[in-house]
Amino acid sequence: MSDLRHLRGKAACIGLATAGTGEAPGRNAMELMAEAVVKALADASVPLEKVDGLFAATAFHSMAAMSLAEYLGIRPAWSNGSNIGGSSFMAHALDAAMALEAGLIDVAVIAYGSNQRTAGGFKSISEPMPFEAQYGPRNPLTAYALATSRYMHDFGATRADIAEVAVAARAWANLNPEAFMRGPLTVEDVLAARMISDPLGKLDCCLVTDGAAAIVMTRADRAKDAPKTPVHLLGAAVEHHHRMISAMPDLTVTSAAVSAPRAFAMAGYGPAEMHSVQLYDAFTINTLLFLEDCGFCAKGEAAAFIKGGHIAPGGGLAVNTNGGGLSCVHPGMYGLFVTIEAIRQIRTAAGNDEGPREPGGWIEGAKLSLAHGNGGVLSSQASCIWGHPDTL
Amino acid sequence: MTDMTGPGPEAEWRAHLAEGRFMLQRSRSTGAHVFYPRVAAPGSGETDLEWVEASGRGTVYATTCTRQRPEKGGDYNIALIDLAEGPRMMARVEGIAPDAVTIGLAVRARIGELAGEPAVIFEPESAPA
Repeated sequence: MSDLRHLRGKAACIGLATAGTGEAPGRNAMELMAEAVVKALADASVPLEKVDGLFAATAFHSMAAMSLAEYLGIRPAWSNGSNIGGSSFMAHALDAAMALEAGLIDVAVIAYGSNQRTAGGFKSISEPMPFEAQYGPRNPLTAYALATSRYMHDFGATRADIAEVAVAARAWANLNPEAFMRGPLTVEDVLAARMISDPLGKLDCCLVTDGAAAIVMTRADRAKDAPKTPVHLLGAAVEHHHRMISAMPDLTVTSAAVSAPRAFAMAGYGPAEMHSVQLYDAFTINTLLFLEDCGFCAKGEAAAFIKGGHIAPGGGLAVNTNGGGLSCVHPGMYGLFVTIEAIRQIRTAAGNDEGPREPGGWIEGAKLSLAHGNGGVLSSQASCIWGHPDTL
Repeated sequence: MTDMTGPGPEAEWRAHLAEGRFMLQRSRSTGAHVFYPRVAAPGSGETDLEWVEASGRGTVYATTCTRQRPEKGGDYNIALIDLAEGPRMMARVEGIAPDAVTIGLAVRARIGELAGEPAVIFEPESAPA
């Protein structure tokens, strides 16, 4: 593969926003998505008519970029509505950086919206998997339960070990007034929750919320004039090898083991240099797998790695600092929220006002963040490294 | 050469299943088995796939018990089975409690029925103690 370092840092996020996170009764997915776009453009101080690149994916729109362009009344010169599940938005960020650098576009907007919670529950536009459907899998849940069973078998992790992921996420949520689920949570609570699909109980599973998000990206030269600190895309990579869980070669090794090293190589930074680590936690097993596959610890060692609150507030590694998909927000495709948390940590440390959090909720001196996205049933993996201008 | 006319590999596989046969594809040149059925071998693209009967032997690779209220049909098992021939498939293990299925359990296929359609179902190779 050719060296992608010529793209390193050439595009930056200059605006971001969320809308309707948690519950947004009476508002549809498009309305929430458009609200997030309008707010992100205001944050970037860019007028709507300057948007010439549009990137979107939702579970409500089969052709999301077209639907959103129509709704906003814009005519993008380049758009991408590719849907690789919750990791779509990390892939869109790479695609936006390429289109910006190629001169196809000057201003990219990446957007997502969902009102699944108030519209009746988990929303999917996935087709039935042809050689799985008759066995009655409740995807994505079944797939992640199968992966958890194999992980526990191979590495001797217990349900209590894995519950530490949910406990750490809740501890971060308790520092974040924007998080949907707050309050005390113990390992015992997680173990006592209703079993859904062994070995996953209810509190091993992400929230089902509403929510929309959008970011604005432009070329680094233009980003200098933005009102907020630009946060540069230093590295990005996408990899996938299956769609159905039965076709995943090894249920304990995701494509993040390829995408993350490739993104780090492009960025010129490694895992140890990340100040904040945002990992797509649709289920507790995700955080363990991605800590390993992204290079924060060796395969099979994540349970030991997270023990004693290592990824909780005040621990050694700041992971899922908004509270994650487990306790902050999860409208179905969570990737853009992962991205926004990665960028907001850097913006806050640079002195921008991102709103209040309890002490420790914002990471002091954060200049480098990993935003790792996951899509499907551990299927697609996409990693982005975001950095403060000092890291260029 | 895989027959690219007439019914496709999925339809052929389901027709075999309806006749009581659990079939796999095998490449004549490489000998590698393929499941799920395709027009070409995944990754390498061989189109010399022929149908061979599966041995029916397999090992549980991963397992979950889907919890469901009794009035809706109760709990049921979903497992990934590593077939003796190499490929892996999703299936259900019956003849044992759905939450008693363990990774590594040796299982054997039979053709049963799920939701009115023929389905490959696995049972423990030896009766549980």
